[in-house]
Amino acid sequence: MTGVSRGAVIIGASAGALEALSVLLPPLPATFPLPIFVVVHVPSDQPSVLADIFDPKCKLHAIEAEDKEPIVPGVIYFAPPDYHMLLEDKQTIALSNEEAVLFSRPSIDVTLESAADVWGEQLIGIILTGANQDGARGLQAISAAGGMAIVQSPVGAYASAMPEAAIAACPQAQVMSLNDISTYLSSISG
Amino acid sequence: METFEKIEDIEIRLLLEALYHRYHYDFRHYAMASIRRRLRQAKDNLGFATISAMQERVLHDPDMLPQMLRYLTVQVSEMFRDPSYFQAIRQAVIPHLRTYPSLKVWVAGCSTGEELYSLVILFREEGLEERTLFYATDINPEALHQAETGIYDAERVRQFSENYRQAGGKTSLSDYYHSQYNRCILDKSLRRNVVFSDHSLVTDQVFGEMHLISCRNVMIYFDRNLQDRAVGLFKESLSRQGFLGLGSKENLRFSTHAHAFRDFVRTEKIYQRNDS
Repeated sequence: MTGVSRGAVIIGASAGALEALSVLLPPLPATFPLPIFVVVHVPSDQPSVLADIFDPKCKLHAIEAEDKEPIVPGVIYFAPPDYHMLLEDKQTIALSNEEAVLFSRPSIDVTLESAADVWGEQLIGIILTGANQDGARGLQAISAAGGMAIVQSPVGAYASAMPEAAIAACPQAQVMSLNDISTYLSSISG
Repeated sequence: METFEKIEDIEIRLLLEALYHRYHYDFRHYAMASIRRRLRQAKDNLGFATISAMQERVLHDPDMLPQMLRYLTVQVSEMFRDPSYFQAIRQAVIPHLRTYPSLKVWVAGCSTGEELYSLVILFREEGLEERTLFYATDINPEALHQAETGIYDAERVRQFSENYRQAGGKTSLSDYYHSQYNRCILDKSLRRNVVFSDHSLVTDQVFGEMHLISCRNVMIYFDRNLQDRAVGLFKESLSRQGFLGLGSKENLRFSTHAHAFRDFVRTEKIYQRNDS
């Protein structure tokens, strides 16, 4: 929107994630030009059903990332339970077993920070509803790298703590309602 | 900003070169995103202003090496982590292994030993321990030493026991350890048939013919080329129709050696060498 060509979208969400993602992901057109990485706090001891839920609902293909998964534009990658999802380069996902961060594995911060290293100003980072502080530090890293930082408005969020922490850490972030975020994403084209 | 990031990447490359030339630890083909994150942590926690300052120190001060290795190698494991993996070994792999008069099992990248002891217990319960030689290898001497002692923090035992139960354990995990103060000490008989050894998947070679290789969440820290080297080493090390078990989110799909293996238990990432 600012003349920068965009490279990737990273979305972090926790409590209330399913409902929020159901607003954002299904309307995206099949021609959406960027890869989308989604990190949701899911229990570590059971398989995640997120990809199974969203793949049939979305026009885009949704999968759970595996280690060294090649990155394809227009695919939605969910972080698997009990692993951090890092971006190795613009072509490759790498998983990691490192310690939980803020009690979370996957950690939103870890994904956002590694993505900021890879995409810098081409990145769009979005923090949605959640009941902890994860994502705040990572969003700040994206903003510092010149990328676009977006936070769901705490007022309309199912859990406001995570958006509030993100705004506090990254005051320059754009605060938007879910519907406005959805409209913005749909406006992105190659 | 752009310039700053490039400088950091140069520093990281130089530090990894220094470790290789000075100490022969080769992290140069480890996955960059994770290495970058851990070196930043090391820099901050150890109080260095830059990664090159850290490199200067480790180059001249060998006492700094163990600290460095603690950051560069990841030691996060549990006994019977991913219980369904061990259940699949028990139900699908063991019946094949039973047909051999003697067995060799290699736990590659054994770290502090949790996965090794899980397999030894499983083999004992299936009556195969006596005829099996276990090789447990790692590059980190500290981790290997801890694996050899078989002592874990008592507060981890509840999780270990729950995993053991879910993995189809035949008795109670407490049959294999005793508690002392706040430590859990594994029965030393579990080490009867274990050889602990320093071995690098990056620089070392084949050392025996294995019937089962378990290498879980080790190669996720390698880049694609290094993964190919390690999988090639496993291919060469396996006996005909030998088994290779990986972590639950690892995959041979992206490997140049993919054709050399077939899915054996697909959902658990257990592969069998393809020797039809």
